[in-house]
Amino acid sequence: MGAAPASRDVTSYGMGLAVPLALFFLVFFVAPLLQLLWLSLHNDTAALHWGLGQYLHFLTDPFSLSVLGSTLLLGAEVTAVCLVLGFPIAWLYQRVGPRLQTIIILIVLLPLLTSVVVRTFAWIVILGRQGIINATLQSLGIINTPLKLLYTQFGVVIALAQVQMPLMTLPLITALSRIDSNLDDASCSLGAGSWRTFFKIVLPLSLPGVIAGCTLTYAAAITAFITQSLIGGGQMLFMPMYLYQQASTLQNWPFASAISIIFLLAVLAVVSVFTTLGRMSRGYGGA
Amino acid sequence: MSGRKRTLEAFSFELVMTVIAIIALIIIIAPSLVVLIVSFTSGFSLRFPPPGYSLRWYAELWNAWQLHFAAKNSLIVALWATGLSVVLGVAAALAISRSPTLSARLLDSLFMSPLVLPALAFGLAALMLFSLVGLPVSPLTLVIGHTVVCVPYVVRNTIAALAQLEPTLLESSAVLGASRLYTFRRIVLPLIRPGIIAGAFIAFMSSFDNVPVSLFLRDAATDMLPIRMWQDLEGKLDVTIAALSGVLIIATVALVAVMERITGLSRRLTN
Repeated sequence: MGAAPASRDVTSYGMGLAVPLALFFLVFFVAPLLQLLWLSLHNDTAALHWGLGQYLHFLTDPFSLSVLGSTLLLGAEVTAVCLVLGFPIAWLYQRVGPRLQTIIILIVLLPLLTSVVVRTFAWIVILGRQGIINATLQSLGIINTPLKLLYTQFGVVIALAQVQMPLMTLPLITALSRIDSNLDDASCSLGAGSWRTFFKIVLPLSLPGVIAGCTLTYAAAITAFITQSLIGGGQMLFMPMYLYQQASTLQNWPFASAISIIFLLAVLAVVSVFTTLGRMSRGYGGA
Repeated sequence: MSGRKRTLEAFSFELVMTVIAIIALIIIIAPSLVVLIVSFTSGFSLRFPPPGYSLRWYAELWNAWQLHFAAKNSLIVALWATGLSVVLGVAAALAISRSPTLSARLLDSLFMSPLVLPALAFGLAALMLFSLVGLPVSPLTLVIGHTVVCVPYVVRNTIAALAQLEPTLLESSAVLGASRLYTFRRIVLPLIRPGIIAGAFIAFMSSFDNVPVSLFLRDAATDMLPIRMWQDLEGKLDVTIAALSGVLIIATVALVAVMERITGLSRRLTN
């Protein structure tokens, strides 16, 4: 009888098809990360003596801790700027016709696909001593000597915010398009003003998108090696460059491994906090 | 009276939101425009606005053999990594997309994890593995490393395309006597093809632009374009890089336009 094949769902395929990629990931992704963990648990570069020396070194060294702290802070600042600038874009997207919608999406999308070195290079041109901002301010007579914008925290934050903006805006657009516009009208006709409607209705209902956007932006901002090193310059050190210096220049692989693991755990902690918030907000938004 | 207040209040809200949105859109688009304009400068510096306009730096680019070499390497690695990502990623997406089992959910998280984990840590880890097994850095190690970080885009976009597929289509095809392979070839594949192409495109772009993995898995013989550019910029501000940036920006805009036509890229990324 044809019962046996019919019982197999024609719309799904066997798990066997996932085996090649699973094996590929096991060998080239999971195994290297395990090796990284293994090496980080050794006190010497030859990996002969087990111990937590590398972690103790990092966690008791004020310099290492300050690098970690400033990296996590940088991520928070970039995420905040992206949220404040990205939300109005998503809001505007809902209000315009289909033609303008496509244009907005393509403007948002373009930086995501443009080479990150090119995008960062653009900020060097804008923020430099002879850059647009300084040239404009000087020609207007507002300042006499050029402002120092490159190699500052401000410069890194604004450049990273532009570079990572699509990661925030795209989930927000998705989230806002799922909100029933009748709720908006209902709130307004019941007497709540636009601001109140926004903060009491639109913002809470879009929380899943906000959280998805924040997670992606944060993770991308703290690992953005190129933008951090070119705009931040030599004086500002963040985790990715610290890791690279230890691994490549100093060839201290066990310590670099420990930095990697600490960095990985920090990213995972932030992501899981956001995910938990996301789960809670979905319950809230769905209510 | 209160109606007047309401309109003023609504107006202030819309004004603030629209102004911020426009400023944000300008911040997003301005850097690319600035680089494009500066790349046509006739001068020797990255002054904006340029003192005059010429194509001299594009001509200079023609002779920059180091950049040509790096660009060729990046292109080859990106093509291989994309091909491998499509083969492995589409198969895996077919397996896990409609499966509610725990193992499918776990595999899904595993395949997506390179998107959030710091790629630099993975780059270092991959280098240590390859040196442990005695595999020297080469285009092969680069392709493997890039595939790990690019395959999530293919998996994600293929799963999204499969989710839009009507199961009744496949069922009717089966009822009419088509084999699974025939149904896949004639029904499933044509319908999910735009999704696969969109995923492959993003995978290609992110491989071509990859720095953190290439940083550890390349050497002088396998120089990669983004790293070559980064190192050039660390040293001096070369206007040739502006011309190269101009080329890359124009190429990206052209590719995005083509992809928008073929796959409806913009709708795909907001669904």
